Amino acid sequence: MFNAETIRKEFPILDTCIYGKPLVYLDSGATAQKPRRVIDKINSLHTSCNANIHRGAHYMSNACTSEYEEARERIRAFIHAPNVRNIVFTSGATASINLVAASYGEAFIRKGDEIIVSQMEHHSNIVPWQLLCQRTGAVLKMLPFNEEGAIEMERYEQLLSEKTRIVAITQASNVLGTMPPLRKIIDLAHAAKAVVLVDGCQGIVHAPVNVEELDCDFYVFSGHKLYGPTGTGVLYAKEKWLEAMPPYMGGGDMVGRVSFERTTYAELPLKFEAGTTNYIGMIGLGEAIAFLNTLDLPSVHAHERRLLAYASERLNAIDGLRIYGTVPGKCSIVSFNVEGLHPLDVGMILDKTGVAVRTGTHCAEPVMARYGITSMVRASFALYNTIEEIDALGKSVELAIQMLR
Amino acid sequence: MTINEIQEEIIDEFSSFDDWMDKYNYLIELSKELPIMDNAYKTESYLIQGCQSRVWIHAELQNGKIRYTADSDAIIAKGLIALLVRVLDNHSPEEILNTDLYFIDKIGMKENLTPTRANGLLSMIKQMKMYALAFKNR
Repeated sequence: MFNAETIRKEFPILDTCIYGKPLVYLDSGATAQKPRRVIDKINSLHTSCNANIHRGAHYMSNACTSEYEEARERIRAFIHAPNVRNIVFTSGATASINLVAASYGEAFIRKGDEIIVSQMEHHSNIVPWQLLCQRTGAVLKMLPFNEEGAIEMERYEQLLSEKTRIVAITQASNVLGTMPPLRKIIDLAHAAKAVVLVDGCQGIVHAPVNVEELDCDFYVFSGHKLYGPTGTGVLYAKEKWLEAMPPYMGGGDMVGRVSFERTTYAELPLKFEAGTTNYIGMIGLGEAIAFLNTLDLPSVHAHERRLLAYASERLNAIDGLRIYGTVPGKCSIVSFNVEGLHPLDVGMILDKTGVAVRTGTHCAEPVMARYGITSMVRASFALYNTIEEIDALGKSVELAIQMLR
Repeated sequence: MTINEIQEEIIDEFSSFDDWMDKYNYLIELSKELPIMDNAYKTESYLIQGCQSRVWIHAELQNGKIRYTADSDAIIAKGLIALLVRVLDNHSPEEILNTDLYFIDKIGMKENLTPTRANGLLSMIKQMKMYALAFKNR
């Protein structure tokens, strides 16, 4: 049975006090805290085994290379990709999406083609597609969501056409927590001969991922939200696309042979890993996955769902408080506003009580616009959060209301 | 009163507060006392960039002194700007430009001065000094 109190001991930062009060960290949707073994791994590499990977003829280089490739294998297994050739390491989900937009876009997107992007996407899954449209003359189509925060599937079917080339959709909205019906979205896209990119940043933290079963063409996520280091990211792509896509960046490690007349490229996935990558970070992410593999993930996810249910109930009991995103089966993210109060004021008072939440647009201005507002307060829960911490959140929100009204 | 005399006065007021809640309650109170800004100035051109809340600042020169009016849709940000208006309002551009706003640190609000801070205190100060610079060079 999963016990959050026990798991908290693995996260040294959670013992921190803020303004003399125990930290209540409810901003894991922005970045998750790191377990000790990830921190120790990075430290031990820097203190006892650091050398650049893939090219060295010496002990440490070989040791780092094999740990790096071991991390790739762990990540492959974690998302159930068929082969390590499908797993490209990047600096984060943003870099992964930009890679696909630039490289797949160069190979396959032409004037008049259409790209469907949902209204609940993070800016990172909107702007790269906008840039691609500006470069090529393709057209961006917005797939809307309804008042509850569910994707409007009827609209989706109307938007899909023989012009559709790409559908970009989140696995879980970073504001609403909504987890769209990916299976159906992907099947419909494929029937229209379009490819699908899934943004797994929030989703991979709260739900199992099986890219082969999903049959998505691209799946991206960031390491730092999955208890790994910052500056780490993954792009999963079907091999046929990675083979057909031109390199995104040129540089060391991505080449076969180089001459001024002609350069050949390295095998997959190294073709897309130009320059010295964040190999220590990626080994750290491999360690985070190893940490997760020691846990019973279904009971971790059940714990997060309990936190979500309790938080929704606790916050809904507060007069004038509205939660945005109420679709059943959403992940453990609660965005809200209190009538008459500015979210920034609420956030600043919560901060003073040791409760860390996020306020603002959450890099999803179209979501704010959908509700006709400019910002929200967001509490997001990870495996180390507890029911007591949600009580602390509830009390702090009540205090904020008392002070600000 | 000189700018520094006002700063000392504010430091003195805040010194009687025991904890953050007293300070924030005082800021909330100050936000309610800030003179109402003419709605004509609550436009894009007077909006400060870089704040999560909306903050408008207007300034005009009267008899060689700058008169500031300001508003915000967030209460704590408005309390902070009320303090700034109290310190800098009705002084000459030179005085304002040469001022070191040391009171912010002394009243325990320094944490609000980091560049990424969402309430944009730093942007507010910059904007108020920009007005002073513009009036001085006129």
